[in-house]
Amino acid sequence: MTRFIQCLPCLSLIKIQKMNAVINVITFHFMCFLFFCSPLFAFSDLVMAALSEEVLLVVKKVRQRKQDGTLYLMTERIAWGPEGKDRFTVSHLYADIRCQKISPEGKAKIQLQLVLHTGESTTFHFANESTAMKDRDAAKDLLQQLLPKFKKKANKELEEKNRMLQEDPVLFQLYKDLVVSQVISAEEFWANRLKLSSTDHFSSNNNKQEVGISAAFLADIRPQTDGCNGLRYNLTTDIIESIFRTYPAVKQKYAENVPHNLTEKDFWTRFFQSHYFHRDRINTGLQDLFSECAKQDEKGLKSMVVQGVKNPMVDLLSLEDKTLDEGYGSLTGPSTSNSSKTVKENSNSAIIKRFNHHSAMVLAAGLRKIKVFDPEIYVYRDTSSDQASETSSTDGNSRDSDTFQPPIKKVKLQEAIEYEDFQNETGPKTIALKLKKFDRYSHGPVPLQSHHYSTSQDIISSVSCIQEEMSCYKPCLTQVMSSSAASSAITALSPGGALMQTGAHQTVSQLVPVDIQSELKHLYTAAGELLRHFWSCFPVNTPFLEEKVVKMQSNLERFQSTKLHPFQGKIQREYLSSNLISHLEEMIQAAYNKFHAWQMRRMMKKT
Amino acid sequence: MKLNIEGLLVYFPYDYIYPEQYSYMLELKRTLDAKGHGVLEMPSGTGKTISLLSLIVAYQKAYPLEVTKLIYCSRTVPEIEKVVEELRKLMDFYTKETGEKNNFLALALSSRKNLCIHPEVSSLRFGKEVDGKCHSLTASYIRAERHSNPSQPVCRFYEEFDAVGRQVPIPPGIYNLDDLKEFGRRRGWCPYYLARYAILHANIVVYSYHYLLDPKIADLVSKELAKKSVVVFDEAHNIDNVCIDSMSVNITRRTLDRCQANVDTLQTTIRRIKETDAAKLQEEYRRLVEGLKETSAARETDIYMSNPILPDEVLQEAVPGNIRTAEHFVGFLKRFLEYLKARLRVHHVVQESSPQFLKDIFEKVCIDRKPLRFCAERLRSLLRTLEIADIADFSAITLISNFATLVSTYSKGFTLIIEPFEDRTPTIANPVLHFSCMDPSIAIKPVFERFQSVVITSGTLSPLDIYPRILDFHPVTMASFTMTLARTCLCPLIVGRGNDQVAMSSKFETREDFAVIRNYGNLLLELSAVVPDGIVAFFTSYVYMENIVASWYEQGILENIQRNKLIFIETQDAAETSVALEKYQEACENGRGAILLSVARGKVSEGIDFVHHFGRAVIMFGVPYVYTQSRILKARLEYLRDQYQIRENDFLTFDAMRHAAQCVGRAIRGKTDYGLMIFADKRYARADKRGKLPRWIQEHITDGSLNLTIDETMQLAKHFLRQMAQPFRREDQLGLSLLTLEQLQSEDMLQKISQIAQQA
Repeated sequence: MTRFIQCLPCLSLIKIQKMNAVINVITFHFMCFLFFCSPLFAFSDLVMAALSEEVLLVVKKVRQRKQDGTLYLMTERIAWGPEGKDRFTVSHLYADIRCQKISPEGKAKIQLQLVLHTGESTTFHFANESTAMKDRDAAKDLLQQLLPKFKKKANKELEEKNRMLQEDPVLFQLYKDLVVSQVISAEEFWANRLKLSSTDHFSSNNNKQEVGISAAFLADIRPQTDGCNGLRYNLTTDIIESIFRTYPAVKQKYAENVPHNLTEKDFWTRFFQSHYFHRDRINTGLQDLFSECAKQDEKGLKSMVVQGVKNPMVDLLSLEDKTLDEGYGSLTGPSTSNSSKTVKENSNSAIIKRFNHHSAMVLAAGLRKIKVFDPEIYVYRDTSSDQASETSSTDGNSRDSDTFQPPIKKVKLQEAIEYEDFQNETGPKTIALKLKKFDRYSHGPVPLQSHHYSTSQDIISSVSCIQEEMSCYKPCLTQVMSSSAASSAITALSPGGALMQTGAHQTVSQLVPVDIQSELKHLYTAAGELLRHFWSCFPVNTPFLEEKVVKMQSNLERFQSTKLHPFQGKIQREYLSSNLISHLEEMIQAAYNKFHAWQMRRMMKKT
Repeated sequence: MKLNIEGLLVYFPYDYIYPEQYSYMLELKRTLDAKGHGVLEMPSGTGKTISLLSLIVAYQKAYPLEVTKLIYCSRTVPEIEKVVEELRKLMDFYTKETGEKNNFLALALSSRKNLCIHPEVSSLRFGKEVDGKCHSLTASYIRAERHSNPSQPVCRFYEEFDAVGRQVPIPPGIYNLDDLKEFGRRRGWCPYYLARYAILHANIVVYSYHYLLDPKIADLVSKELAKKSVVVFDEAHNIDNVCIDSMSVNITRRTLDRCQANVDTLQTTIRRIKETDAAKLQEEYRRLVEGLKETSAARETDIYMSNPILPDEVLQEAVPGNIRTAEHFVGFLKRFLEYLKARLRVHHVVQESSPQFLKDIFEKVCIDRKPLRFCAERLRSLLRTLEIADIADFSAITLISNFATLVSTYSKGFTLIIEPFEDRTPTIANPVLHFSCMDPSIAIKPVFERFQSVVITSGTLSPLDIYPRILDFHPVTMASFTMTLARTCLCPLIVGRGNDQVAMSSKFETREDFAVIRNYGNLLLELSAVVPDGIVAFFTSYVYMENIVASWYEQGILENIQRNKLIFIETQDAAETSVALEKYQEACENGRGAILLSVARGKVSEGIDFVHHFGRAVIMFGVPYVYTQSRILKARLEYLRDQYQIRENDFLTFDAMRHAAQCVGRAIRGKTDYGLMIFADKRYARADKRGKLPRWIQEHITDGSLNLTIDETMQLAKHFLRQMAQPFRREDQLGLSLLTLEQLQSEDMLQKISQIAQQA
């Protein structure tokens, strides 16, 4: 059955095909509502949202500010609308939410509180008597899954924005001029910035030292007995991240199974159950979810072994030149043939293998990061490891690829026969330690002390010192120009002199007071930013850009009226030449002209 | 710099020198002058190799007729390559200083696996496979067959070498393994055979012990080396074991089964040849009648180094009649084989001497001593005649015939033990016949006898006097050198107790003790928090390590250690351990820090250096005694006691201490390096143990560093590490432990230097 419903604000017809159409209607209403309330909202967001917005959970009878209503959890936001009305009065992007809190068990009111990054909070009260608890938990669980996904993004972005503003005073000023004074919205301001800076954001990230993983992250998950034959594990997001980074196989399993087949809790429960099997790997049941991971680990280990080592100095296989043939030699010590191994020994050697594997994975997790994010650091590493990376990239036939082996071998050999103290100073090839706060490294925390002022005694003595030196100062007159030559040079270099003809024009800095100068500078940067936004819309070939160009034009007008005109007035009041902003106006005018030309053409096309 | 060592001009390729290097060269020169043998102990990492090379090369240049060749034996391939690189440095220095072009030929020799450039053969992974494949392409009759059948594959590198390589001498220069390969590729010659040929006229040869000590290989490679050579055994602390290993044979049931197959193959081959080419067998017979006269003539004229498996008397005589024809010989082998099979069917342990064995075999199957002695030689001749390409397949029968020759040749110095099962698993029948050499001097005797000077040197040869005794030779010089230090860069500590005062020891009665294991764990844990970068810990045996690791895991100690450092553990698989080792180094390199748990006497402890940040602390958990329950060891101890008057305990302690010293010595290289050496066993504090450590370690063990608790150890370690972390510049060392030429020449200093060497 197909019906059409008209969306009131936007007057568009919506085709409804499914029974849960109500949700769709609301979605669209919501969209339109947003559109009309904040015309400056980036259109792209709307398009995106409209495409992907899907309601994941609807909970009825949820009160907010003593008003009954319905709570909607969508892919990107959580929203609440009062009963009987088709608009949302509360809507938060997940990215804006810092955390959720729930009322303690046993309390009369079953509530869920959302705390935003701004510090505000919204409380929902689940009022459906019979299922309140269940409703709340459903909402909570869903949020628990959704929030971390957005959190990282949001945090990263916020941090990044913060950092950029702090590091770049010009940008900060621009932000103040344009966003704080509401010429353009923050989203618009950043929309362009972040994209622009994503490349140098990359390089700036290089300076940061990547934090590795603690080898003992599994030790931090101490099981606690919960009193009834069970164990409790406390997992934090850090630990989960560590597990994922160290064991990509587990991450993959997680992606495959959560939340389709298992809840997160189940997943980790199984993980820990199996992990104990891992330690002595012998009786890994086939139905175990992680047996595949174990196999993968095993495979990884094997491939590592097959690949062999790149440094010939540690290759135990080729250490011996000539091994004794089978049957020769004296066997001292108990022989350790495989057949006679006890179960205990097998499990012991499994533990040993596991430790080796674990350490290798932790190490690799740290290095992976470097490889991906830190091309530069990688270059700094000493040549040998560079070589290693080269050979590893051409692995497979690394055994007979002699072409790769000698360099690293040579380097290692040279290293091995080098004596530091015999060599004459050869510039040591060291890796410079990168420190964020050098002071803290070299001094350590010092108690706050009053400044070390120079005493008057010091000052007097230094003055007398200078006097003394001056007294025996003798100008070296033989090396000085004759006075006539000197004076002619000075006149030639003075304003109006022979050499200063071109510099007659007085610069702005000499004519205009400092405060006006700085204001002018800000105006220029702000105008530049706006114009950049404006011009970046051309050629206008999508509806989104059309929208934007119109908006930008109005922004420019607003800028002219709120910023430029007052400034002009100010200049006039101070009787300065008004051509200070003539260039600015020219630029804006050029934009207007372009805009009008474009509009004309569009009208022509339409008619 | 140019040095004057008692009138000899020595070029030393550095501007500075350690005083002990100078002293070492003095002693070495005296050894060469006397044309005798020497035992020299110098701390690891004080530039032993370069001192040796500088002096001997100078000696060779000064007295080209006295010393014609230097044969430098080292233990591992990387060691060999390091030596050649140091030599290259020295030769570059010569060229720079004298302006003359280098006219020395120096080269490294290694097995085919490291030298082969044949695309197919070199891609094989194991040395044995490479040897076998190479043999199947280069054996003389294969090449002969190619004349009639051009499709027969041969190795073009060998063909090329055989055609021209012997006439055109390899130009003077320094050839490391890779240089040889490179040279071989350029000329299209086989580097392996080129090197084997070139060692005959090279001035310096660097290769591994086996080429001199293993009679099977020495006979092929080294027997024609000039008498006026100087032989150096570097890292020689284990030389007795190498000697013993090369002369010992183990025979299992599997060996005999394979042997049976070999005999069958021989039989069918003989039958086939008899039908087609009876003349060949006739020719062989004729040759055997004439005897091994050729060899004997060569030995008389002193061209060959004698072979302990092929004793002189054998050469005088013709091969005995009853094994002269091929069929008779195969029949003889069959009988011998059956006898061995019967012997392996015992139910209790048998231990007997060679004469007893000979008597028994004569009584049971009427095999005489004499044909047995010719067994190895006869088999070699037969295999040659039968044109069997893949010798590797016949390793089992070769082993048996070698055993036959050995057992019939030596009535002393060997013991024969038949064990029906392993001690730990008395229910599983796994009979083994051990024919063990008790006396390392047998294998090394030809070397001492043939070559003018043999120098045995290592970082750990204490106590010095024991080596001449067990190797049965008379050195002209024996000296131990200490390390002159501007700052005490090694810190040996003997930890005897845990914080709970429970004695720490790996001795048998307490090793499984919970408290001991926990204390060991705590020691490692606390160290891991204090020591930067790498820590290496050695256990006394692999089984012991496994047990300790398992209980540390259960006690959660390992997890706590992981908070500080990554953990890597040696396994019994060499490839796996290599990977772990590389990761360990990587972790030390990138600042994360790591712990390597390893085993004394294992591959890691023998061949890998942990210099600088790769080993800031070495812990020796327990005293690494050899597994004393082994019958072979017991027999050897008995032999040592009877023959050389070395008490069992003395030898065991000596053996344990040399391994302990070897382990902890891996951490120090040079005077800019530093490291903690922690001996975690209270028994180290005893004078009889401590006294057997090398002098350069011993002299830093003060009374204050004996029998410490873990807490005390941590205090000392922290203090030491803090001191060592201070900048250390050349100026701090100069004049004390590092000398310029002028400083070296001062009267005062020479006086001091003369005290460095301690004559044993």
